[in-house]
Amino acid sequence: MSANDFLLGGFAPAPESTDHFEIKKSYDLFIGGKWVKAAKRFETTNPATGEVLSEVALAGKKEVNQAVKAARKAYGEVWSKLSGAERGKYLFRIARLLQERAREFAVVESMDGGKPIRESRDVDVPLAAAHFFYHAGWADKLAYAFPGAGVSPIGVVGQVIPWNFPLLMAAWKIAPALACGNTVVLKPAETTPLTALKLAELFEDAGLPAGVVNIITGAGETGKALVEHPYVDKVAFTGSTAVGKEIRRSVAGTGKKFTLELGGKAANIVFEDAAVNEAVEGIVNGIFFNQGHVCCAGSRLFVQESIADTVIKKLKKRMESLVVGNPLDKNTDVGAINSVEQLERIKELVKAGKEEGACIWQPSGGLPRKGNWFKPTLFTECAQSHRIVQEEIFGPVLVIQTFRNPQEALTKANNTPYGLSGGVWTDKGSKIFKMTAGLNAGVVWANTFNKFDPTSPFGGYKESGIGREGGLHGLSAYCNLSH
Amino acid sequence: MSHLGIPKTYKLFIGGKFPRTESGRILEVRGPTGEFLANASRASRKDFRNAVVAARKASGGWAKSTAYLKGQILYRIAEILDGRSDQFVNELVGQGLPETKARTDVSEAVDLLVHYAGWSDKYQALFSTVNPVASPHFNFSTPEPVGVVGIIAPRRGSLPELVSAIAPALVGGNAVVALAGESALTAISFAEVLATSDVPGGIVNILTGHRDELVPEFAKHMDVNAVLLCSDDADERKIAELEAVENLKRMSLQPDRSLSPSPYHILDFQEIKTTWHPVGV
Repeated sequence: MSANDFLLGGFAPAPESTDHFEIKKSYDLFIGGKWVKAAKRFETTNPATGEVLSEVALAGKKEVNQAVKAARKAYGEVWSKLSGAERGKYLFRIARLLQERAREFAVVESMDGGKPIRESRDVDVPLAAAHFFYHAGWADKLAYAFPGAGVSPIGVVGQVIPWNFPLLMAAWKIAPALACGNTVVLKPAETTPLTALKLAELFEDAGLPAGVVNIITGAGETGKALVEHPYVDKVAFTGSTAVGKEIRRSVAGTGKKFTLELGGKAANIVFEDAAVNEAVEGIVNGIFFNQGHVCCAGSRLFVQESIADTVIKKLKKRMESLVVGNPLDKNTDVGAINSVEQLERIKELVKAGKEEGACIWQPSGGLPRKGNWFKPTLFTECAQSHRIVQEEIFGPVLVIQTFRNPQEALTKANNTPYGLSGGVWTDKGSKIFKMTAGLNAGVVWANTFNKFDPTSPFGGYKESGIGREGGLHGLSAYCNLSH
Repeated sequence: MSHLGIPKTYKLFIGGKFPRTESGRILEVRGPTGEFLANASRASRKDFRNAVVAARKASGGWAKSTAYLKGQILYRIAEILDGRSDQFVNELVGQGLPETKARTDVSEAVDLLVHYAGWSDKYQALFSTVNPVASPHFNFSTPEPVGVVGIIAPRRGSLPELVSAIAPALVGGNAVVALAGESALTAISFAEVLATSDVPGGIVNILTGHRDELVPEFAKHMDVNAVLLCSDDADERKIAELEAVENLKRMSLQPDRSLSPSPYHILDFQEIKTTWHPVGV
């Protein structure tokens, strides 16, 4: 190992600097436009080093109640009385402020969550700003969005988001909610609270009226209290299918609206007539983007039998060149695993894969000594019944199966309770449409993978969730329609 | 010359056929003065599961059939119903409905079918988007049928109520398993209309039975993708919602009356699929 613990792959270190902004020693809760202390606190750490980054407040029932009441008050007294155009202008401001502080947000996101700076810089932060910008423009145009239907806001929205795209998920949730005239209480994930708290600073700078967005930090209990609060009119959740089902249970019979963006086990299907090199890049991006901590990750690769050997060979060669290490290094392709718990989950499933008879392969490079790491991994000789084929691993682990004809590929691809996303690689247009139409999934990438845009609806079929986020279709999740 | 009538046996409608309930149980139907009218079938959980199997088997073909064909078939249902309106009126009058009301009911049902027939090739355009993504991709979102839809018709179950609940899911390309309301005879006679209207067998299945017994089964079944529950009963709604959690069924909770015609009722049983493709050479 070189002098730099993190450096693998033969590149000179190119770390992003961290001296141009401040992470405070501690953060309180952002409620009613003020920073409110809580009785308990917890630490958030850098998963790449284990160092403590900050200490944040743990919102209990009392603080959740305070936040929901602040949102209710802001809804009744301020936000519901503003014109759409004025609401939109706040969102435009927020988009601009986020663009201005993009570098800081990117670095903090990588430090708190472990994702490569290249991704937080080029994907998470710009997309988050784009979401505010896109939805800002909707705020005064909602009357045109739903032909023949009347549209009105819902009220107070309780939002619980995951740790894989902390800032981006906050933007996905907050921007449409505000554009449609609702107020928000948002709880970021316990391992990645910092960018949401920094976003609250930015709301202050934007002059957003007090209580319109409240950010409360905490873990599962905090989220539960928020979801179950009787003054919350709508719940928006992104996270695991298991927790999604609990939330669905808790809103049953309450009349609360809800959207759920849950797990996935996407099939990425490569035909023999695909552009193989592009497909290999797409496979790598599909599963190793953000360490595979992606609900729509292309975690099941289906390769047509005739080219399986070629694709796997090229894939292994490409995986050998992936730089695993310091998330803040601009050369890094695969960063740190977000938490010890997640690392354990990945290890458990990989162990099960080996025990059930699949063949594991990992590139030869080493891993940093400190922090949470897992090598990019692939499994061949996988059967439909294997746990690694059926369960969401949420890590950099690809399972490979083969197929002979389109129908077999579709049958295998759809043989899962999930239905979030899918991929198809072929140069034949009619085959693309046969496959994209046949996949039971909400987002299908053809000859590309893991692309996102605020104008493009995202969300799953079956147990991958209910509702869409983004685009015109995502708006309806934040409006009451009368027709 | 006297002629003794031959009363009809009212059975279930599953997979395009009219089987008796496997349970051998009946729902006795009596007229307004208490006279015996018929023994309808009291469907069991097993009958319901059979209906779901039939619906699933048929659903792929119906979903893939062209919008034009689905529109033609919806219109065909309207034609056949209109042609049999006297039969329906007589049956409704026999169950105690004033004749004028019976006639209005039938014509309302016909009009609803004609209305939704016309939506078959239009709602897609209304609810689709081409999304101007900030990258060189062609990106579009379109509705697709959710699959198998369980429908709990309004409790009273008049003909327009039943049709208003079934038609939007049907024209949207879904296969339907419907639990009729209390007007079991009307529902099964409507099934005869469906059976002679080129609706593929299994695409609409109609059960008559006890609501308390069957609603939780509709909500619970893992191969039902969505449920429309027409109910004003908070407890019934909550029970159904809880049972629906395990496969995250799409639930449309509607008031216990006719659904006013709207393309948004079609949208309730659609999934939005977004497709990306690079633009380039």
